[in-house]
Amino acid sequence: MNNSFNLSITVNGIQYEREVEPRLLLSDFLRHDLGLTGTHVGCEHGVCGACTILFDDEPARSCLMFAVTAHGHHVTTVEGLGSIDHLSPLQESFREAHGLQCGFCTPGFLTTLTAFLKENPDPSEDEIREAISGNLCRCTGYQHIMDAVKLAAEKSGN
Amino acid sequence: MTKHFIGERIKRNEDPRLLTGQALFVDDVEIPGMLHAAFKRSDYAHARILSIDVSTARERPGVVAIFTAQDMGEDWMPGPPLVSPPPTVKDVTFHSRRQAPLVKDIVRHAGETVAVVIAENRYIAEDAVEDILVEYEPLPVVTDLEQALAPDSPKVHDDLDSNLAAHMYQQKGDYESAKARADTIIKRRFYIDRGAAVAMENRGIIANWDEKSKQLTMWDTTQAPIPIRNGTAARLGLSDSQVRVIAPFVGGGFGPKIMMFYPEEMLLPWASKKLCRPIKWIEDRRENFYATTSERQQLHDVEMALTRDGHILGLKDDFLHDTGAFDPYGLTIPLNTQSHLMGSYVIENFSSNCTAVFTNKPIVTPVRGAGRQQGIFIIERMLDIACKELGIDPLEIRRKNFIPPDAFPYHNVIIDQAFSELIFDSGNYKAVFKKTLQMIDYERFVKEEQPRLRSKGKLVGIAIVPFIETTGVGPYEGARVQIETSGKVNVSTGYGTQGQGHFTSFAQIVSEQLGVAVKDVHIITGDTAEFHWGTGSFASRGAVVVGNAVHAAASSVRKKVLKQASKVLATPEDELELEDGLVRVADIPAKSISLGELAALANPLRGAVEPGTEPGLEATDYFGPQSGTTASGCHAMILEVDPETMMVDIKRYAVVEDCGKVLNPLIVEGQVHGGVSMGLGNAFYEKLQFDENGQILNASLADYLIVTSFEMPPHIETGHFETLSPLNKLGTKGVGEAGAIPVPALFAQALENAFQGRDLEILETPLSPNRLFELLQESRTTKEKSQ
Repeated sequence: MNNSFNLSITVNGIQYEREVEPRLLLSDFLRHDLGLTGTHVGCEHGVCGACTILFDDEPARSCLMFAVTAHGHHVTTVEGLGSIDHLSPLQESFREAHGLQCGFCTPGFLTTLTAFLKENPDPSEDEIREAISGNLCRCTGYQHIMDAVKLAAEKSGN
Repeated sequence: MTKHFIGERIKRNEDPRLLTGQALFVDDVEIPGMLHAAFKRSDYAHARILSIDVSTARERPGVVAIFTAQDMGEDWMPGPPLVSPPPTVKDVTFHSRRQAPLVKDIVRHAGETVAVVIAENRYIAEDAVEDILVEYEPLPVVTDLEQALAPDSPKVHDDLDSNLAAHMYQQKGDYESAKARADTIIKRRFYIDRGAAVAMENRGIIANWDEKSKQLTMWDTTQAPIPIRNGTAARLGLSDSQVRVIAPFVGGGFGPKIMMFYPEEMLLPWASKKLCRPIKWIEDRRENFYATTSERQQLHDVEMALTRDGHILGLKDDFLHDTGAFDPYGLTIPLNTQSHLMGSYVIENFSSNCTAVFTNKPIVTPVRGAGRQQGIFIIERMLDIACKELGIDPLEIRRKNFIPPDAFPYHNVIIDQAFSELIFDSGNYKAVFKKTLQMIDYERFVKEEQPRLRSKGKLVGIAIVPFIETTGVGPYEGARVQIETSGKVNVSTGYGTQGQGHFTSFAQIVSEQLGVAVKDVHIITGDTAEFHWGTGSFASRGAVVVGNAVHAAASSVRKKVLKQASKVLATPEDELELEDGLVRVADIPAKSISLGELAALANPLRGAVEPGTEPGLEATDYFGPQSGTTASGCHAMILEVDPETMMVDIKRYAVVEDCGKVLNPLIVEGQVHGGVSMGLGNAFYEKLQFDENGQILNASLADYLIVTSFEMPPHIETGHFETLSPLNKLGTKGVGEAGAIPVPALFAQALENAFQGRDLEILETPLSPNRLFELLQESRTTKEKSQ
């Protein structure tokens, strides 16, 4: 199966044109074709959420999409949320609250929560718990992640 | 006045990289010309390979090579034994059988590697795997432990007389005489089943043999880079100096990543050397369930001898332990189980027969807890059962039997996983228990809230379970600390990191000695080019063993700093202090020199040095404890069960943790929370389901349910208690596995408490809503029958 497709996609504000196989997963395209390895792959079943990116600003599992379905759309990955010298308030909150340990699931949480906090800038505890229920973390037990979100909401409120 | 860093809630050095997608994990590595591997795995759990036809696969465009065991010729060799049976236990029987890079004749568990495809990309490699035709002769499968020991059972290794992998007997005192004088004997059979570690990052290996420089570089998600380096060099006939193993950021370990010389780990470096190309293999999630080790199946026949008023006179436990198809990891898990069967209690008479059994299932090696859960589950369940039979309060029976605080070091006589006597170095179990009771408001709940809720028909239960945890075992670890001319400090150790915060906690230890900001201490872990000696991350030993090596090295550097600064500043050493990256005279702060300047002075480019001087401000030190330290703790929980769905809602959860000196409370809390989430999974949501054909029925995250934010308690309250360890200078103990250890026992106690008056007796773990329902049906029937 060697047919290829002329993909045009915007990632983190930069437009890319690439020839890709139709069956190439979006997660693999981002990680290996574009070298944006911040998006991680945990299951390829759409369960764990580590691969979550923002697809036209909405959270989506990049392991369950083909790169070609993102043709003409814009994608935001964790690399587009902040940088080492300029962490976003959410990223800074994760650091302060110890909301990450191994960091593998973290990019998926960050993209999911960036979209969530945009729509819910002042969430209740229950709303936060539900918002992160689709992302699996094996290290933190979620408590410090919850703390990080509350902190981020506070920061944005100020 | 010098600042303190140990014990502070310091933000982690490593977080900015991890938060912005700038941290390197194994699959992030791209090398020009890199090829990709995919494995053909057996679907059968037990079968003879009759033929392997790779002809079609070889024709597929983009396929570079395909290898079977035959193609490896004389290079084909099973993995080395990783842990020997305990030399200090008498009369141990041990049949060592290890996994192979590719199966030669007989497949012994589903998922074993039969062939490997090396191709231009993973997609093509997987296509080619489908092209490979393997003809199998299926053989009868054995998965059940008792059946495996029956005389007519199919044999996993037909060169052995049976499926007995090992036998080990340990004793303390004289159980039979204790039994003879007991007022009550309680006998039960317990069944504990398998769970998986499910780190979010699956395993991955890149092997890059460069023919021109004759160097092999490997990136590996291993918890043990140095042993992998040493063993790989040996297997390939190379010198250690020709092999570099890098474990970069690793997305969770939890035990299975310290299993070493997995088939893929043996195959990839060999293939890379053969093809002179870099080759990458990343495990997918389905493979992970079959190809990565898991743990925990055991069957225990337990007997406890007690006096009428609840003193434990003796404990006997004969158990079967599932080791899977091979036993590379020795008897570590059963030794841990035996070491934890006596729990936190004075038990003067103990007898335990362990029989390890081969089955046609994936290999068993430690998963967070590593056999300790089983021990604690049994002792705490037996005490709960004893108090029902004797009519004693569950708190009282524990208080009566706790090892008292003045009895340390407490000698438990039997041998532990470090092959030395099980000695508890320090602890105060009664005080930790009391603190936990206060935190959960036990009395008020039992006297007021619970009766009130029950009168409304609510099924609410409360439980409290104390535990001990052996940690910080040897053999040793090392660290090198060096002050650079920039004034920043470089630290290397052979240890690995999988999220435990080493880049911060180890830095805090250095900062404490050298007065440098934590952010200016750069820690390197997991790279064999940076440090040559070490054994790996296991048994909750990082803080203790590496921490103390770092402390020793930093202290040595501090001595060098003071000696040199004393000369430069013409001031006696005891009038100097180290703070903010400077050495200064205590009462004359203007008289100072920066550590960076001192480092430069310590490494002159010209001139002569004094005899016996070492260049720079650097020191390497090792720490090798004689025995491990014993951490302890206590968990308490209040839960409510929905009578129709059997789903559980945890209302309150409290933990008191005694891990000796706490290096960073944020990190310790994180470890506890994560441990509890795994413990909850082990107790009520996770079970690796094998069918009678050795197939895993729930090999995906959609079916193997790990805990989400919904299953966690609303808030885990953590309390600390510190009994310093006398075994190391920092006084610290391990905590990595603690959160997971008591949870199955806690759950069982809480559920029985919630269903009080229904004769529910829980003798197994893991449970599930379905299983709880079944047990209740059985118990109701029994009660009705007895009426």
